[in-house]
Amino acid sequence: MKLNERSVAHYATCDSPADHAGFLHKRVERHHHHHHHHHTTSYHRRWFILKGNLLFYFEDRESRDPLGLVVLEGCTVELCEAAEEFAFAIRFDDAGAKAYVLVADCQTAMEGWVKVLSRASFDYMRLVVRELEKQLEDVRKSLAACHKSPRKSSSGRKRHFSNPAMALVQEQPPILENGYSTWGSGYIPAGASCSDHDGGCSKPPPLPPRRRLAAGSGCGAPATGLSLTGQESPVSPETACFSKLHNWYGQEIAEIRREWLESQRSGEL
Amino acid sequence: MRYSERELLSLSRQPAEKAAEILMRAPKKGSVLKKRLVKLVVNFLFYFRTDEAEPIGALLLEHCKINKEEENVFSISFIEEPDRKYSFECDTEEQCQEWIEALRRASYEFMRRSLIFYRNEIQKMTGKDPLEQYGISEEARFQLGTRKL
Repeated sequence: MKLNERSVAHYATCDSPADHAGFLHKRVERHHHHHHHHHTTSYHRRWFILKGNLLFYFEDRESRDPLGLVVLEGCTVELCEAAEEFAFAIRFDDAGAKAYVLVADCQTAMEGWVKVLSRASFDYMRLVVRELEKQLEDVRKSLAACHKSPRKSSSGRKRHFSNPAMALVQEQPPILENGYSTWGSGYIPAGASCSDHDGGCSKPPPLPPRRRLAAGSGCGAPATGLSLTGQESPVSPETACFSKLHNWYGQEIAEIRREWLESQRSGEL
Repeated sequence: MRYSERELLSLSRQPAEKAAEILMRAPKKGSVLKKRLVKLVVNFLFYFRTDEAEPIGALLLEHCKINKEEENVFSISFIEEPDRKYSFECDTEEQCQEWIEALRRASYEFMRRSLIFYRNEIQKMTGKDPLEQYGISEEARFQLGTRKL
């Protein structure tokens, strides 16, 4: 089966942070040409890096390319009854898939690996995200129920819709890539449509309270003097769509970075 | 780089987030459009010949860019080689948009950022860390601000 190996290797070695890393001894598969009476198991010391649901191993820490990869889906991680201390195994629900026996250097290392590998699957991550999504929804609902006074009309959606330039800033975020956000491109194309294509969200989110709009923001929209710094609530109720919110924070960061660069430049003059 | 075909095969048999017959073109010059069964499972996109049970190949969807191309068409390219594109031609524009949305959310990295976001929001609103109940609040991979994007 083909795999986009070059890209996978790049993902393994690029500087996105690893979820866990360390040396482990990896049991070598027995080859059939060995003498059958000798039951020596051998191990190779490898440098392991966990990124998401992928466990990569390298010949050593300085290697440029991974030797191999383990896809951590449909597997369980368990302590192993090997002769070696600190051994654990990755076994697959699919019995035909070969298990991996790994040996750590000490108890702590072993426990650390077992813990993190057990939770590495995409499914596990998805479960937690869904749970938190639900929790956030519940928290927002209960907070909304607590609010006696109506929101000021100057905040939130009304202003959002009445100012097309504002709507432009909010509706057309920079393209969010899978694991690679293009913060650098604060550019918002002129005349970009305000229709929402991502996330399946039916409502555009109102402006998040802490966002500052400096004059000369990348989109060229004029500063509207919308002063939000006084608002206390941490998040607006309609911000159900993570993608959009994510892009918000990204724009704020792009802003801050731009301002910092400006100040650096003027500092040098 | 070694990888287990068995692991991938087994994964390709899992319930898909999305699956459809779509015309696909490889990045190689002179490639033609071929009808493939395309199946999204976790952060992998498998593609099969329409009458076969085993995938021809798989694309890991990390550090990739999903672009809208011309009508009904989207492409997948990877960060280190942005000009090398896998093209997909859908039956309808609607189908095309659905796939783009699904694929953009398909990466583990995207989910991780969602998790960090929700965690932060809940923490701000309640003062409590929702990950504590899972016993994973200390894990590096869920920390705010320590991850480069």
